[in-house]
Amino acid sequence: MTQQKKRREFAYFALRNNKLRIGVAIVFLFMVLALVGPWLTHYKPREFVAPGAQHPSSQFWMGTTSLGEDVFTQFVYGLRATFIVGLLGGGLGTLIGILIGFVAGYRGGMVDELLNMFTNIVLVIPSLVVLLIIAAYLEVRGFLFESLFIGFFAWPWAARAIRAQTFSLRSREFVDLARLSGMKPLRTIVTEIAPNMMSYLLLVFILQFGGAILTAATLDFIGLGPTNAVSLGLMMNNAVIWGALILGMWWWFIPPGLAITAIVGALYVTNVGLDEVFNPKLREM
Amino acid sequence: MSKYFRRKLFIYVLTFFLAVTIDWLIPRFMPGNPIQVLIARANLKAESAKVVYSYYMRAFGLDVPIWNQYANFWNALFHGDFGTSLWLFPQPVIKIILRAVPYDILLLLPAILLSWFAGNKFGAFAARSKWLDNTVSPLGYVLTATPYMWLGMLLAWTFGIVLRVLPFSGAYSYALMPTLSWIFIWSLLEHWILPFVSLFMVMFGGWAIGMRNMIIYELEADYSHYLETLGAPRRLIRRYAFRNALLPQITGLALQLGVIVAGALVTEIVFSYPGIGYLILQAIQNHDYFLLQGCFLFVIIGVLLANLAIDVTYVLVDPRTRTGMQGER
Repeated sequence: MTQQKKRREFAYFALRNNKLRIGVAIVFLFMVLALVGPWLTHYKPREFVAPGAQHPSSQFWMGTTSLGEDVFTQFVYGLRATFIVGLLGGGLGTLIGILIGFVAGYRGGMVDELLNMFTNIVLVIPSLVVLLIIAAYLEVRGFLFESLFIGFFAWPWAARAIRAQTFSLRSREFVDLARLSGMKPLRTIVTEIAPNMMSYLLLVFILQFGGAILTAATLDFIGLGPTNAVSLGLMMNNAVIWGALILGMWWWFIPPGLAITAIVGALYVTNVGLDEVFNPKLREM
Repeated sequence: MSKYFRRKLFIYVLTFFLAVTIDWLIPRFMPGNPIQVLIARANLKAESAKVVYSYYMRAFGLDVPIWNQYANFWNALFHGDFGTSLWLFPQPVIKIILRAVPYDILLLLPAILLSWFAGNKFGAFAARSKWLDNTVSPLGYVLTATPYMWLGMLLAWTFGIVLRVLPFSGAYSYALMPTLSWIFIWSLLEHWILPFVSLFMVMFGGWAIGMRNMIIYELEADYSHYLETLGAPRRLIRRYAFRNALLPQITGLALQLGVIVAGALVTEIVFSYPGIGYLILQAIQNHDYFLLQGCFLFVIIGVLLANLAIDVTYVLVDPRTRTGMQGER
């Protein structure tokens, strides 16, 4: 009963929260474009379709690159890659964060101490530089590889935050009750602690999603992204290498960056909107 | 307090140890034989390939047992020996990197500090003020979501190509030699503006948003409400809130260092600014793995030092850490 009422209350505020509405709408828009985009174009991303450096026109919606490729085609395929990396990388980062956060926060003691140390170490190492040096030694790189590695280095802050939350929930009465009634630790975490943190875990995932997209874009921009694939970061890399700046080919480098900014910004705004929905203290504004 | 520092130092030493180990491990345990790959990529003739192969074997020290190799690696490191660059053969890697470091400091230190101060001030203003919040916050979200390189490209294109008011390539005019003259300093400053501004703006957004949210939390805290009921002036309450909200922002700076470094690397690439980021790109393009690995270690050392500096600041700002009430950052 109360659960249902609470859910209805969340839905009420969720539908009336402007930040949430705008954020979700933008992300949704780009997601649809990523899904249907490849059907809107009859070119391949790496295909030579016209003499290079054409302005946007009715035939080439975002113009062409110096190499005569259709920018729009690259853009929509790149969007797909962006969402895949965000989903996989952000998902894995969240998952590892949850795992380590729950175990460290619930177990406490020596386990906590060790996991905390491990978290702090990975936290201090600038992940991109490690990714860079690993990627530089690999001949062939795929999206899966990129996503997984981004996830492997993105979890520390999530683990820390989740650990702190778990720690404070652990000493509540209902958790004590579960423990006294002989419930196994794993079950206690899954049935008693996790449901109380669902909203928080969702926020963590959204931030990890955005972070993974930015990291992937950075890696692709340096030229260490997936080989034989198109991504928004790689488009910007090509634009810089082929002198799009000096030639004033704005249609080449503005769309990919704009899309990343819009998607990640919308994710952040969604995050704040959700925070306001879940946290009544933040609502009155 | 000394316990707090001991813990931190222990973590940093361990991190450094791990980073060096990674640096040592990667070329040796990657799938395939990196030396063969290196040679294949270099497109050498058969005879010279043989010479280069034996050079690499000796240079990596691969002809001795594996533990010996590891010990040698550390030994070389402590003697400041990072190997010889292939791209700028025969210059030692350490020399090339040390030449780039001043540019990084010149760019990063002001960008980080100024954006942190300005972002916090603006964020604090924005909190609970309808109009500022409606302008600063959306701007902050857009800025903090912007990929560093893209903002750099936009600025370079707008000010360098369209308006033609600022140079956007290199650290000083290619026509000049580094000397201590006004022309050179002016040129240095001119070339510094765009990369600085693009780093500053992205970071500014993040700090402003963070501070705004923190202040709202703090203004909802019990002590703020208590002060309110006592009839304290709003300014005073906000000042207390600001000081409390500043602490997580200092921690945030430490957490953000990795992202900032990544941002600086790509910004330097966009502007061909000769710092470590630019070196990394050159190292990758020229398959100069010694240089790449040297850059990796230098970035780690820089981040660790910055973390240490932030820890000291934290202790100075937060009295609780001094009395040992709070060991955790």
